[in-house]
Amino acid sequence: MAYDKFDVLTSSAVPLPIENVDTDQIIPARFLKATEREGFGDNLFRDWRYHPDNSPKEHFVLNNPIYSGKILIGGKNFGSGSSREHAAWAVYDYGFRCVVSSFFADIFRNNCLNVGVLPVQVSAAFLQQIFEAIEKDPKAEIKIDLPEQSITILATGAKETFDINPYKKDNMLNGFDDIDFLLNLEDDITAFNAQNPL
Amino acid sequence: MSKTLFDKVWDAHVIKKIENGPQVLFIDRHLVHEVTSPVAFLGLKNRGIKVRFPERTFATADHNTPTRNQHLPVADPLSANQLKMLEQNAAEHGIPYWGLGHEKNGIVHVIGPENGITVPGATIVCGDSHTSTHGAFGAIAFGIGTSEVEMVLATQCILQPKPKRMRINVHGKLNPGVTPKDVALYIISRLTTSGATGYFVEYAGEVFREMSMEGRMTVCNLSIEMGARGGMMSPDEKTFEYIKGREHTPKGEAWDTAMEYWDTLKTDDDAIFDKEVSFNGEDIEPMITYGTNPGMGVGITMGIPTADAVEGGAATYAKSLAYMDFQEGESMIGKPIDFVFLGSCTNGRIEDFRAFTGIVKGRKKADHVTAWLVPGSHKVEAAIREEGLLDILIEAGFELREPGCSACLAMNDDKIPAGKYAVSTSNRNFEGRQGPGARTLLASPLVAAAAAVTGKVTDPRELLELATA
Repeated sequence: MAYDKFDVLTSSAVPLPIENVDTDQIIPARFLKATEREGFGDNLFRDWRYHPDNSPKEHFVLNNPIYSGKILIGGKNFGSGSSREHAAWAVYDYGFRCVVSSFFADIFRNNCLNVGVLPVQVSAAFLQQIFEAIEKDPKAEIKIDLPEQSITILATGAKETFDINPYKKDNMLNGFDDIDFLLNLEDDITAFNAQNPL
Repeated sequence: MSKTLFDKVWDAHVIKKIENGPQVLFIDRHLVHEVTSPVAFLGLKNRGIKVRFPERTFATADHNTPTRNQHLPVADPLSANQLKMLEQNAAEHGIPYWGLGHEKNGIVHVIGPENGITVPGATIVCGDSHTSTHGAFGAIAFGIGTSEVEMVLATQCILQPKPKRMRINVHGKLNPGVTPKDVALYIISRLTTSGATGYFVEYAGEVFREMSMEGRMTVCNLSIEMGARGGMMSPDEKTFEYIKGREHTPKGEAWDTAMEYWDTLKTDDDAIFDKEVSFNGEDIEPMITYGTNPGMGVGITMGIPTADAVEGGAATYAKSLAYMDFQEGESMIGKPIDFVFLGSCTNGRIEDFRAFTGIVKGRKKADHVTAWLVPGSHKVEAAIREEGLLDILIEAGFELREPGCSACLAMNDDKIPAGKYAVSTSNRNFEGRQGPGARTLLASPLVAAAAAVTGKVTDPRELLELATA
């Protein structure tokens, strides 16, 4: 899909210091009935964000106006569970362009990279430093530099580098997706299919 | 060079390797359902292209379907629209579509094996994380996101980094009352929900060799719940016996050609795994979960662990127990329950219904328990009738619903009410998974049956002993 290019992002961040945040929390299954990609941000973290009568839960971080920004900071093992790409769409649609955690579930990480959300995996210690910086100042800015593959807490200057495979990095920097690349392999695909025993 | 089973199947499907990047993998079989496909088909339309190999693509309706009155129009307009879109998309692209009421309709991971779509050594994907189920046949099978569904529809290929290799051995034998579900929940409880993230798992050892094909499917199904992309087992005589003659399996000369390949699908003796763990089958007892992820499981006679005995953050653990309204150290045995769900791609096959029926036979459903028994497919439903299980279930106060994913993810009306406890044979006990506020206890069909007749968490071995006495 087409998404905005990602280069350098400097923003305040929203902290969610909970481990094993699964995709059923990010977007509950009952909201998966749409047939288009847009609009899932309204139901991001639906059951943590709203009471059954749809009134906001005051204590949930997305309902707390002192926190804002394009970066979501999550606890370890973020995005476990279902393969629903709707979870990544919801994160993007809400306005986040980057999720930072000390560990990501595989499918969620792939889905993010395919829809223009950059997953940034940092050490557990660095993740803690980010949470502490935001606790001290909810407007604390984080700088994500994709070309340099670095993340910096501007208030303290603390900096760490992160991994991303060069192919995906190039896609994110240019807003490309994989299908154009694969469509160019048509001859290889036809040849493979012809000799495939299954 | 020595190779693992996983390497052999993966390497046989690589079309191209991108330097320092993902590999291009050819996908033999693509399963499609109504929830994760509409945006992918929309993408094809926007690009002006068609499905590259419709004959390698199969569509069913399962996630968002009612389990009652399937002959009537679907009441929920959003669900009805998703089903209509899939039917239209399948027709437009020439994909076989097994919609509601079709004799081959059912949960995508149940009908794949039933109809011979699932074969050893294949690469199989679906926009559903429990696609790992098909690994039971020695296939590389994994769940994908919708962008990847579009990729596979458009090109029959997917870009994937090659996962690391992990082997999980379970040696010895299982005790009576211990099922494949218990083996899987035990492994996940030991490895945690992220213990196999980044790996593709091979299951090995006597316990899996002795297991039926359906049991192997249950185990592989749950691979994703420890973070693994998938899990697989070497195909053997049981595997070939199971698939032979099914509609979409190779026939005649094509079978012989395939068999030459299938005969190679064993991990070489000196192949190296990035990680290897071993357990003993004798150490496993019937399992039940007490928390809000599948790794939070214990042997049914053990208590809920204290925070200091589990890995991870204390705050997360406390949040989880608060959601369940359980206390550290409490016994699980005797906890009252309100709902029982038998079904899902994990435990919705005929052997699961046999196990459940074996316990409830001659007993009665507890009055206060609501039980939803949902077969994984119409073929499973037919077998339940033909084997006489339905009569026993009705006699015991149960009723059978129509096939679908149902209360496993509660996209349809089968929602557990807020605050209620459900013993469920499905795969996830996340907060709200079975309905907003629902509290899920994952367990085997035997534990579910014992709960259904006693109205509380009960060790099924007590009832099994009565049944055989």
